[in-house]
Parts: sequence; C-alpha cells; structure tokens
Amino acid sequence: MAISILDGIFNGLSVGSVLLLAALGLAIVFGLMGVINMAHGELMMLGAYTTFVVQNIFKPLGAFSQLYIFFALIAAFVVAALMGLVLERGVIRYLYGRPLETLLATWGVSLILQQFVRSVSWVLVVNLALFCLLYFGGLWLVRKRPDFEQIRKLAIAVLLPLSVGIALTVGSLLGKSFGLTATKPWFGAQNVDVTAPKWLQGGLPIGGYQLPYTRMFIMLLTVLCVLGIYFFLNKTPWGLRIRSVTQNRNMSACLGIPTAKVDALTFALGSGLAGVAGCAVSLLGSVGPNTGQNYIVNTFMVVVVGGVGKLVGTIVGAMAIGITDYVIGTGMLSTLFTAIQPVSNFFAFFATTSMAKVLVFVLIVVFLQFRPAGLFPQKGRTVDA
Amino acid sequence: MAANLALGGQTAETKRRSLLLEAGIVIAIALFLIVILPLLLSDFRLNLMGRFLALAIVALGIDLIWGFTGLLSLGHGVFFTLGGYALAMHLKLQIPADASSQLPEFMSLYGVTELPWFWQPFYSFPFTAVAVLMIPALLAGFLGYVIFRNRIRGVYFSILTQAATIIFFNFFNGQQKLFNGTNGLTDFQTLFGAKVNSPGTQYVYYVLTIIFLVAAYALCRWITSGRFGHLLVAIRDDESRTRFTGYNPTGFKVLVFAISGALAGLAGAMFTLQTGIISPNSMNIAFSIEMVIWVAVGGRATLVGAILGALTVNFAKSTLSEKFPDIWLFFQGGLFLVVVLFLPSGIIGWLRTEGRNLWRSVRGRNQVATYPSLEEDAEVEYERQNIGD
Repeated sequence: MAISILDGIFNGLSVGSVLLLAALGLAIVFGLMGVINMAHGELMMLGAYTTFVVQNIFKPLGAFSQLYIFFALIAAFVVAALMGLVLERGVIRYLYGRPLETLLATWGVSLILQQFVRSVSWVLVVNLALFCLLYFGGLWLVRKRPDFEQIRKLAIAVLLPLSVGIALTVGSLLGKSFGLTATKPWFGAQNVDVTAPKWLQGGLPIGGYQLPYTRMFIMLLTVLCVLGIYFFLNKTPWGLRIRSVTQNRNMSACLGIPTAKVDALTFALGSGLAGVAGCAVSLLGSVGPNTGQNYIVNTFMVVVVGGVGKLVGTIVGAMAIGITDYVIGTGMLSTLFTAIQPVSNFFAFFATTSMAKVLVFVLIVVFLQFRPAGLFPQKGRTVDA
Repeated sequence: MAANLALGGQTAETKRRSLLLEAGIVIAIALFLIVILPLLLSDFRLNLMGRFLALAIVALGIDLIWGFTGLLSLGHGVFFTLGGYALAMHLKLQIPADASSQLPEFMSLYGVTELPWFWQPFYSFPFTAVAVLMIPALLAGFLGYVIFRNRIRGVYFSILTQAATIIFFNFFNGQQKLFNGTNGLTDFQTLFGAKVNSPGTQYVYYVLTIIFLVAAYALCRWITSGRFGHLLVAIRDDESRTRFTGYNPTGFKVLVFAISGALAGLAGAMFTLQTGIISPNSMNIAFSIEMVIWVAVGGRATLVGAILGALTVNFAKSTLSEKFPDIWLFFQGGLFLVVVLFLPSGIIGWLRTEGRNLWRSVRGRNQVATYPSLEEDAEVEYERQNIGD
C-alpha cells in the first residue's frame, strides 16, 4: 500500500513536472501578451529534434558522448528561442490586440513546422536560405532609396516571384546534380529515437519498485528551470520590465519601457523553455512530427487553471492536473474505494489514460465555475479582468 | 416630416426589393446547382460538391458565432460528429428482419448481446431527425452556459472548446462496444428502404443538402438582420458596454452557440450520408480549426463569404492534396498566415473595399474615398440628393 501511494505520488509529480516544463513558457507569454501560442508544441518538437541531432553529432566522441544531453539542452533552448524570435518579429507583432487571430496564425505556423521536419532536406534548406537572402536582401537594398514608400508594392511584386523562381530553380538543379544526397529528407515522417545517456538509464530501487533516473532528471530540470525563471523575473532589470508590462502595458510604455523589445525577449524566452521541455520529452519516448500535438491541450489547461497572475499558479496547476490525471488514469482510486462499490465502479470506468482526461476536463470545468479566472488571477479594477 | 415619411417609405420599399432580389439570386444558384451542375460533373465530383456544400452549413454556423458574435469556437468538430453519429446510429439499425442478428455487426464482434439503452430510440426516424439537431444544440447550450455564465471568454473560451474536442475524441475512440471506437460507424445499407450508396439516392441527398443549405442561409440571414443580429454584433464589438446598456449577454451567447451547434449537427448528418462513414477522426483538433479558416478565407461576418470560403478551401484542398500530398500542409499553414495577416476580412471583405477601389482605378474613375459606410448609407444618399436643392 505504502509503495503504491509512493509510486502514485512520484509518477504524478513526474507527469506534472513535464507538464509544468512545457507550460511554463506558454504561461509567461500568455500573461504578458495575452497570446496563446498554438505552435508551442511544435517548438517543443524542434527542441526534441535538436536533441536528436546533437546526440548524433556526439556519437563518435566515445566516453565524452555521454555528456551530450547538457549540450543538447543548450542547443534546444537556442534553436527554439531563435524560432520564437522569428515568429514574434515576423507574425505575432502584427497581430497585437487580436488574440483570436494570433491563435489561428500560430496554428498555421505549427502546421508548417510539422511539415518542415518531415520534408527538410539539403535542397529545402538551400531553397529557403537562398529565398531569404534574395528577397530580404533585395528589400534591404531598395529600402535605401528615398522613394521607397512609393515603389514598395512594385518592389515586392517584382522581388517575390523572382526570388521564389531563382530559389526553386537552384534547388531543382541541386537535386538533379547531387541526387539523393541532396533530396533525401533528414528525418522523414518516421519517429526518431533519442537514447538517454548511460548514466540516466536504470533507476533507484526503493523496495520492489524502481524510480527511473530519467524521470528524476526531468524533475530536477524542471526545478532548475522554475528557479531560473523566478530569479530572472524577480531579480534582473529585464525581469522587472517584463513584470511591469504584464501588469500594465500602456503605463509601462509611458514610463519608457521598450515594450516591443520586452515582447520579443519574452517570446524568445518562452519558446526557449519549450525547446528545453522538448529535450526532456525526448528522453521519455520516441519523437515524431506530431509529438507537439500531444502536449498542447494539456498545457493550455494548465494555463487556464493556473491563471496568468503568478508563476506559482502555473506550478500548482501543472502539478494538480498531472497528479489527478495519473491517479485517475491508473485506477488507484477504484482500488482505494473497494468498500463502496458504486464509487469504485465509477472510478474504474475512467481508469484509462484517455478516459482519465475526460474526467479531468469535467473537473476543470467544475473548478472554473468557482474560480473563473484561475487559481491566481491578475488583480485589477478593469472591467475586462 | 413629409420628407421623413417619404424616406421611411423609400427605405422599406428598397429593402423589400433588395430582399426579393437576394432571394431570387439564391434560388437561381440553388437551381443551377440542382439541375445544371449534375450534367457538367462526374458522379465523383458531384459527390464531392455535395460534401462540401454540407461543410458550408457548418461554416454558416461558425460565421454566426465567430463573425457576428466574436466567439472563436475550436470545437465545432464535436457538434458536427455528434450529428453524424446520431444519423449513423439510425442507419446502423436498418437491419433486415430476417438477419441472423438484430444488432449492428460490430457489436456482435465485440461480444455485445443486447442493444445499449441509448441506441433504442434511434429506431425511430423522427426521433433521429430531432436528435441530429438537438443533441449538438443541447450540448453546445450546456457547454456555453457553464462557460459564459462566469464571463469566461476570448482565448479561454477557444481553449476550453478545443479541450472539449479532445475529450470527445478520446471518449468515442475508447468505446468500442458502444460506438465501434476508432473505426467509427460505416457500411450503411438502407434508409427508408432506398440503398444509401446508389447514385440515385446520392443525388437525392445532394439536393437535400442544397435545400438545407438554403434554409440555413435564410435562418442566419434572418437572425443577423434583425435586432438580435445587432445585439450579437454589439456583444462582439464591446461586451462590457452591451452589459452596461442593460442586456445580459450570457443568454444571447448561449442561444447563438446552440444554434450554431445545431447547424453543425445537421451538416454532420448530411456529410455522413454522402461519405458513408462517420468516425471520431472528424473530432480531431485540426478539422475544427480548419472550419474556422474556411470562414476567414471567405470573409467574416458575411454569410456568403462563409459558404464561398468553405467551397473554395475544400476544392483547393482536394485538388492540391491529390497533386502534392507532401506539401499540402505547407499550403494550409501558409493559408492561415496569409489570411490572418494580409486578408483579415476575407475574399468578400476585400472585394467590398479594396477590390472595388482597384476596379475603379483600373477604369480610371478614381473617386475620392470618404468613410466607406457613409457611401452605402441610404439616408446619407437621400440627404445628398435632396438637401442641396
């Protein structure tokens, strides 16, 4: 009995910490900009694929290769953060004050990213790089002319098809001359596997039960990330700016805080955290283009339950959902209530992973009847709060 | 005073005339679709057209809540699928009396010996017809009530509806014995004694879909043109102000969400008839968001736009994904971005504003633009003509 309770707590915490790691970035961005990033799961996926790549680079290094995971964490953070920065500068900043449109746009980005990892190959990379070079380089050159505003539309109309055409031609030429080496997708549609380093395989035996090291590593990672974010938000100048913009955007802007920079920075930070989460997730199972999709709804629920006011809301929300999900899903409650037959049957009905989600959702909706703005709502006097 | 009366009379007269014109156009298009299009298209293409017209009914529902009321539902796949399942259950119960088992075949496969109680009423067609509309409507109403009651809205509402989609998806996937799980309900035989899959019956369903679409259009047109419609737009544009004016938005939002759910259910039923299958797959997240993009492409808050968008996007999807299956997702993702960033009011919205200007400048009649709605206002037009003298 004690072992099974311990098992429940440990696994629940472990599920919750993955959820927390995934939701942390989302919650910060949502708190600041009111934007739900539907591509958050895909940023996680990018992090996971980055881990896979780093692992393969480190493979020939012998004993040293067992340390790849630390480099992978950094690389995943950087890749996802850069992608987030591009996303914010390229799309989201044009959609301010239109959160529902942002939802749709980021969904489009997530579709593109999914297909991108499926079909990315040298040809595609060259295509993309060449297009960016030609198009944005061309625009940059034209921008120097004094009459740029008048010829803007014309310039775009000429540059866009021209650079697309050149990029596609060069790409297909490359494909023809190098054959399969250039056109073969790097990852393909199949899942890829990340093997945990040797020192993370196995587990800590307690009684007849084993606590897997990977799970403990993820919990540790989550604690470090939360502490890092807490420190960043509360003890650094940029953290102060982020908090002030979260509280009152207009007033912060009036006081000289560069809100656009704060937005870009926060979005990059949130995306980077998604990358770290993706790296962690890759230790738990194989990774595919759809990996991100499995996480988005749950992480959104964490944000809804936690509220946007405080970091602690996200922590409590993630742990609550993680533990409840696990406890219901494994049917523990039905064994606890064997004395009362109907209750036991009720919990037994929901004792699968997918049915547990049904009950958790019902519980969340019930919870929202009492706390519509989540556990720790933003305090304020505005009507819309 | 006299001028006022004349003005009133004139607007009523023009209103009636434009309504008649609109009805005439709608009927003409419907007749074209029913009579002439079958001669032009192959059976396969015509069936596709029928399916897409069914999807246009959902698009109308989405337009009603998103375009007019500003509620972005990412869960209409649920209502769509529930409508489909309601009809499919009736179809699965069309078992010949001399068959060895009086149960749908998948049930015997999973060892079910007795028909579950909630399948019983679906023997009756009238019940099924009501259920197709009412089950989604009641669910939408209930969900809407528990969400709107607490003034949960905006992004929160969208996420909750999305979560509901996942929940129902999981539920239907997990219930092999009750709903045949992942495979869904398929292999329909007869409805009213007519074989479901024969071309003749399919044509009847096609015509029925068009009739329902016209009815749905008329309903939405009626809803959005009256005071109720104005109220919906007011809720969209400034809910707090609407509340301060003395209205309680909750009831209206719940009602319009339920109507929209019912339309989705109807669409699901017609879609199921024409595809011959309904499975939990149509409750995945992606499909529900796709529905929203149909409306966005056509033009929010324009009913014609919703229909047009559903047809355009789906035809583009079926042709493009046939030709380039690998990169279809790139197209789709790009579509989301382009529509949101560059075409926020959709095709119809663009035609009404910039397209018109472009047309004018092409013809060399570059008018000085004033506030656009002033140009269309009948009263302003009247005053311009009469006050000068």
